[in-house]
Amino acid sequence: MLASFLQFVFSGITVGSIYALCGLGFSIIFNASHVINFAQGEFIMIGGMATVSLVALGVPLPVAILLAILATMLVGFALEKFAVEPARKASVTTLIIITIGASIFLRGIAQELWDKNFHKLPPFSGDQPFLIAGASLMPQSLWVIGVTVVVIVGLGWFFNRTLEGKAMLATSFNTLAAQLVGVNTKKVLLMSFGLSAMLGAIGGIVITPITFTNYETGIMLGLKGFSAAVLGGLGNGMGAVVGGLIVGIAEAMAAGYFSSAYKDAVAFIIILFVLFFMPSGLFGKSGTERV
Amino acid sequence: MMLEVRKLTSHYGRIQALKGIDVIIEEGELVALVGANGAGKTTLLRTVSGVQPASAGAIWFDGRDITRMAADKRVAAGIAQVPEGRQVFGPLSVEDNLRLGAYRRKGENPAGDLERIYTLFPILKEKRNQAAGTLSGGQQQMLAIGRALMSHPRLLLLDEPSMGLAPLLVAEIFKTIQELKKLGTTIFLIEQNATAALSVADRGYVLETGAVVLADSGKALLTNEQVKQAYLGM
Ligand SMILES: Nc1ncnc2c1ncn2[C@@H]1O[C@H](COP(=O)(O)OP(=O)(O)OP(=O)(O)O)[C@@H](O)[C@H]1O
Ligand SMILES: [Mg+2]
Repeated sequence: MLASFLQFVFSGITVGSIYALCGLGFSIIFNASHVINFAQGEFIMIGGMATVSLVALGVPLPVAILLAILATMLVGFALEKFAVEPARKASVTTLIIITIGASIFLRGIAQELWDKNFHKLPPFSGDQPFLIAGASLMPQSLWVIGVTVVVIVGLGWFFNRTLEGKAMLATSFNTLAAQLVGVNTKKVLLMSFGLSAMLGAIGGIVITPITFTNYETGIMLGLKGFSAAVLGGLGNGMGAVVGGLIVGIAEAMAAGYFSSAYKDAVAFIIILFVLFFMPSGLFGKSGTERV
Repeated sequence: MMLEVRKLTSHYGRIQALKGIDVIIEEGELVALVGANGAGKTTLLRTVSGVQPASAGAIWFDGRDITRMAADKRVAAGIAQVPEGRQVFGPLSVEDNLRLGAYRRKGENPAGDLERIYTLFPILKEKRNQAAGTLSGGQQQMLAIGRALMSHPRLLLLDEPSMGLAPLLVAEIFKTIQELKKLGTTIFLIEQNATAALSVADRGYVLETGAVVLADSGKALLTNEQVKQAYLGM
């Protein structure tokens, strides 16, 4: 009883961490541009797939991970530079549609570059589970959770302690004033795509040993990350993290106690519920200065 | 010459907001520009700061043509603006707002500058850890001025700093402006409060529907019949 409950919590927190990273990606770009970047899920896919390919080429895992993150960031920069930036004067709706187009485009490229099959990575440190009160916790889950914690702490430091981070926040609060103190707000927009791509790639890489990956992985993960961000209040960093954990755990419970057929429905029910009953999410937008 | 604006025009879509403006500001001067609602005062400052594109004409700063220079580079070059409506970063702390004012001078330790601003506006020191959005209008205006000063501007642009403030605070803000001038800052002051602005200014301009209609010393404009009728309510 307790054991299975604990088991669902473990798996919920693990996938929830990825939703949190993805939700943070949505929030960072949303803050910088008010665009909802529906290609966020593709960053997750590219990070995972690129690592798989590099490892298959014989590149040592840590180097492969680093290169895959860099490659995903380049895709993020390119997305901003060549798809979003040229249309910057267009309405936000147009920009959102552009990101949807970009996500389809990126999936197409991925399908050509790789294939439609599922690919996997070996767990980073073996697959000997830890037994806790009858529930088993995989070492890879600890990697996922640990890396997520490190990333969140790093982001918190960046946005609350560095001038560059504060300049990004300042741009989201008041773009005109940010320009007037000398912030290059175009660069901030570019940075926000790079940063979000990095978060997506990191999530995609650490989760691949557990869930495997293929060219379409980003669709579902992206939507769930989006529901996490919406649940926490779009633009609210801490909200995205809490939202990610809630979506992850709710999903694991639904799959465990009812049927795994309901698993994906949970995220959609949450999105609809939030949009209808609390459009500003659990934490509204007021807490944006804390990531 | 510190700033030279020549035949400057600017548009919002099809609306022409500036119709060939000529303005000159010498080093160390305090120049006022007055005009009614919608005359184009803010547009002129926005164009000088580079957040609004010029359609034609030129802006020279320190002997350099900056007409097409990006806004952030103009801050680095020494132009700072205190925008209309203060535009502080509401959720950020007072001190973070000030630190961001020194954004273009990142390498340097702003501690000394912060102290200088806190001496000028002691209330900001008291409230330095509060969110800027919780300050009163007058305090936000001081913060906006302090933030602009953090960049060590050679030219300070002020867009209606007295707007919406109680008379006592207006007096305080004008006193600060005069102090800054004494310290050697070149100031371009935009105001609807023409009496106050022209009394402290070396020279003044009167703007009407996007064009300069009068230019003279501050004193002369204060006693000009046309100005008196239109802007001083006499
Ligand atoms: N964003 C905008 N889009 C379209 N027209 C604008 C915009 N901003 C200003 N205008 C128009 O440009 C003209 C000049 O406006 P501006 O704000 O520069 O005037 P102002 O002298 O600063 O007025 P105020 O004293 O009210 O601040 C006005 O006719 C105004 O309606
Ligand atoms: Mg104005």
